[in-house]
Amino acid sequence: MAYSDKVLDHYENPRNVGVLDKDDPNVGTGMVGAPACGDVMRLQIKVSDDGVVEDAKFKTYGCGSAIASSSLVTEMVKGKTLEEVAAIKNAEIVEELALPPVKIHCSVLAEDAIAAALADIKAKREEQQKASA
Amino acid sequence: MQVDFSNNYFELFELPVQFDVLQDQLDTRFRSLQRYLHPDKFAAAADAEKRWSMQAASFVNEAYQTLCSPLKRASYLLTLNGITLDEETDTQMSPMFLMEQMELREALADAPDATDPYVALDKIAAQLNAGRTSSADEFREAAQQEDWVRARTVVRQWQFLEKLASEVQSQEARLDDAH
Repeated sequence: MAYSDKVLDHYENPRNVGVLDKDDPNVGTGMVGAPACGDVMRLQIKVSDDGVVEDAKFKTYGCGSAIASSSLVTEMVKGKTLEEVAAIKNAEIVEELALPPVKIHCSVLAEDAIAAALADIKAKREEQQKASA
Repeated sequence: MQVDFSNNYFELFELPVQFDVLQDQLDTRFRSLQRYLHPDKFAAAADAEKRWSMQAASFVNEAYQTLCSPLKRASYLLTLNGITLDEETDTQMSPMFLMEQMELREALADAPDATDPYVALDKIAAQLNAGRTSSADEFREAAQQEDWVRARTVVRQWQFLEKLASEVQSQEARLDDAH
């Protein structure tokens, strides 16, 4: 199957590959996996005190579309507020990367990774608030 | 002998609907079904009957492939019990499990640069084999207790191990080619 130019670009030059300190109170980590293809995706966001994503990193083991989806997502989330990040839908990834129907689940994986990272940072912040209250 | 498409694969092979199957029994029944459905036997048959025999043969093949593989057999048992794996849409897995998978993937990616790549690959393969064995054991137990939620989790994780094991094999094949 032919990959779109955008998928190839992200696949060959993935943006923001790497790792952030998962124990940092300002870092949210999302780990998800797709049993169908055995793909594993880790997406991390570093969030400022006023709730803006300052940095994002990912590591994905999977097909080209899964790598491109997570690479794109790290670019999309930077500079956005947590509310804006929560509004990102996989359809945007599908459109941007021109993913064929059989690869839509790769974009779902990326959307779910964002959701998991957001849930992680929210849980951390709530815990902090409890601790300081 | 007859092939009834409304039978499930276990019934087709005259086996109890359970995770453990006797390979001998499976093979024997497969061979007799193959003989019964052999194209030569239908050479003079009417078109409709020929078509039926081909459909039956592919049903039998599909059933055999499914029952021979422990993972496919386990997935099939889930299906029979109305459980879906949602393998493309449900991405929530135990974080601990995913962490281990990530580490195994990293080890696999590093293996070609190891002092002895074969040793590195063997180590990963051994870990995966242990995981596959314990997946089978855990599935058997969960299925016996009809704990389908647990059985589903086991199968979903097992799929990762199986996929990675086949990647270890292709890495090994690439090493062999390079030497």
